[in-house]
Amino acid sequence: METFQIIILLLDATFRIATPLILAALAGMFSERAGVVDIGLEGKMLGAAFAAAAVAAVSGSAWVGLGAGILTSIALSMLHAYACVTHKGNQVVSGMAINIVVAGLSPTLAYAWFSMGGQTPPLGGDARFKSIVLPYAETARDVPVIGYIYAELISNHNIIVYMAIAAVPICAWILYKTRFGLRVRAVGENPHAVDTAGISVDWLRYKALIMTGFLCGISGSYLSTAHGAGFIRDMTAGKGYLALAALIFGKWRPVPTLFACLLFAFTDAVQARLQGVELPIVGVIPVQFIQALPYILTVLLLAGFVGKAQPPKSIGEPYIKER
Amino acid sequence: MSEQSPALELRRINKSFGPVHANKDISLSVDRGTIHGIVGENGAGKSTLMSIVYGFYQADSGDILVNGKTCRIENPQSSIEAGIGMVHQHFMLVDTFTVLENIILGIEGGYRLKEGLSAARKELVRLEKEYALEVDVDAIVGDLPVGLRQRVEILKALYRGAEILILDEPTGVLTPQEADHLFRILDTLREQGKTVILITHKLREIMAITDNVSVMRRGEMVAHVRTGDTSQAALAELMVGRSVLLHVEKETAAPKETLLAIRNLNYVDIDSVPRLKNINLDLRAGEILGIAGVSGNGQSELLEVLGGMLAPTSGSIKFKGQELVGNKTFTARNLRKIGLGHVPEDRHRSGLVLPFSANECSILGYHDKPEYNRGLQLDRNSMVETCNTYIEKYDVRPPDPYLKASGFSGGNQQKLVLAREMEQNPDVLLVGQPTRGVDIGAIEFIHKQLIKMRDAGKAILVVSVEIEEVMSLADRIAVMFDGGIVGELPAAEATETQLGLMMTGVREPKSDAKATI
Repeated sequence: METFQIIILLLDATFRIATPLILAALAGMFSERAGVVDIGLEGKMLGAAFAAAAVAAVSGSAWVGLGAGILTSIALSMLHAYACVTHKGNQVVSGMAINIVVAGLSPTLAYAWFSMGGQTPPLGGDARFKSIVLPYAETARDVPVIGYIYAELISNHNIIVYMAIAAVPICAWILYKTRFGLRVRAVGENPHAVDTAGISVDWLRYKALIMTGFLCGISGSYLSTAHGAGFIRDMTAGKGYLALAALIFGKWRPVPTLFACLLFAFTDAVQARLQGVELPIVGVIPVQFIQALPYILTVLLLAGFVGKAQPPKSIGEPYIKER
Repeated sequence: MSEQSPALELRRINKSFGPVHANKDISLSVDRGTIHGIVGENGAGKSTLMSIVYGFYQADSGDILVNGKTCRIENPQSSIEAGIGMVHQHFMLVDTFTVLENIILGIEGGYRLKEGLSAARKELVRLEKEYALEVDVDAIVGDLPVGLRQRVEILKALYRGAEILILDEPTGVLTPQEADHLFRILDTLREQGKTVILITHKLREIMAITDNVSVMRRGEMVAHVRTGDTSQAALAELMVGRSVLLHVEKETAAPKETLLAIRNLNYVDIDSVPRLKNINLDLRAGEILGIAGVSGNGQSELLEVLGGMLAPTSGSIKFKGQELVGNKTFTARNLRKIGLGHVPEDRHRSGLVLPFSANECSILGYHDKPEYNRGLQLDRNSMVETCNTYIEKYDVRPPDPYLKASGFSGGNQQKLVLAREMEQNPDVLLVGQPTRGVDIGAIEFIHKQLIKMRDAGKAILVVSVEIEEVMSLADRIAVMFDGGIVGELPAAEATETQLGLMMTGVREPKSDAKATI
């Protein structure tokens, strides 16, 4: 295969891998910009993945599944809000608790309901989001370069991939151009200012966390009903944490976060491609090592190359009126 | 609303926090178009009272009347609607936002920002003109000097249609010139018919600007007087409940040999920002050297370098002729051993461990002394004994060596730290903000202790942002600006105006020879 085609296929895979990361990172952006640490992205994604697959399997509709995924994720997000906003609990502990609970609960429920060893039944037909072929994609395929890019890279993804790409400008617009966005940014920096301006800090944070749950639900549903075809235990495999890393790498801003997600996804696509390939000089690199690459990259980027990430000033601190 | 009814009236307001009765039966009446001062020591309940008016807390009982009509104020929103605006002591601004964004926060006018922002821009031009409150509305608030941030807070309140403006300790962070400018703004507000409530513990300000003044003491309103009918001394007596010395009485200093000699001291911080620039200072036995300046001009860094907490980038510090810079023993711990005591300016961050009990706090930094140790354990009895002597000698209240440091008021916490450092009998004592957040009675006490130490032949370096404190306490005054010493002059010759100018970086021509920027 010629290099051009390899690059296009790599980028194509990058988009598919980046989709859940982008959605989850944007989800985390609302929570963290509102001053609530969200280490529970992972758990919310996993919960949504399970709910979406289970409901899609029973109802036969991927869209109903997506709805269930979103609702589950919002419910988990509200649990986080109840613990951290209403009762001023520790945000990291609450997020971690959600991750652990979901990791245990989802395979248990899957086992109880479907008796398939902790999985949901394989999804097919309308129970899964299928790739959309954009108009004239096949006719255009033969046009050199542009036609191929259109048919291979731009066309032929499922709806959620396009949703993820569209979510970036939409979220950026919400965050920077709307009243809600202004307040979210304010409450993450200085909740006292928000309170004295006559806005309820708690309710505002709840609203931000609903946004988080919503986006995270789409992200999780994608894994089990679009990218995969059914729920398997631990199918998020650290993507929630990776999304959080991308958010920090992107300095809590939508567009840089998008690029961070694409970078992580690209290394993942490369590692999938490199498996078993004989390289000059080094020979075949052990699969485990290659699989670890995205994570090693994460650590290196966060450790050195980001510069000082300036988090929202009041992140992690429950809002308590001073006496 | 009749013309006679006061702009704001409080009737028998009560508020308790647990066992603390912060406001007892407070009644207050503020006339429209006047500036009304509320004075009281720290912890007298001024801020609590105003927080109730602003809807931060609800009173346990009592009524609030605005323009003669009873108002239920349940949250800041309802207070804003009643026409009350507040400028808090710690600004309620989002540093990363522009001035404009800060001002519209909470009243954006629609879910999209665009219209709200352009409407606010127009309205602000009008307000700025009307009240002479110029500020660049597109500037990022975090980049603005404090004086301007305060203006943003005032604009915020006016933009919300405030008729009654409450200012909580507004001049604490300002230079005298900035404070004067603020007073001119308040004057304009009064002329335009607005009502201003000024909370402060600085009596000079009360006398300079207010029409009426109310005095609070220990949660109670003890007096309402017309400013013209009273004096600073009378107000101070009302605040404290006994007469106090407003100026420290002291003999002329008799300075002897130089104990601490600082030459060309530089410090560059981790972000490569120069914080100290070529500092030259001499500190002699038997004198108090005061460092004046607006906070954030290098005073904190100077103290931390001299206290052994930061390593200087270059320069020389000689203590009794012995070079400290570059010496392995230049550590906070060792400096204490050789007779250089340090009362850090931030008692919460560096002076005390707040969850520790008073007796534990009174040996911090000296905990390895044999008298506090018994084998592997700390000797609790001797710690408590030490603490009890400090409590008695420095009049720490409540006299409980087992009470957590956080349970003491600011003044008593400061006395604990001062007792610990002064009782080691150091030859040189560095004191940062000796009376920050300390009430008048304790200020008097602390100042007397420092003078006593000076008279015993010790050298004292006092860093304070309170210009009056530096003027009354120090024998010599050095002014810092932007990391350097602008100039140095004898306290007896210093005037407030002159120091204020120097604090903004204007070099004082007379002492040019000593200036070292």
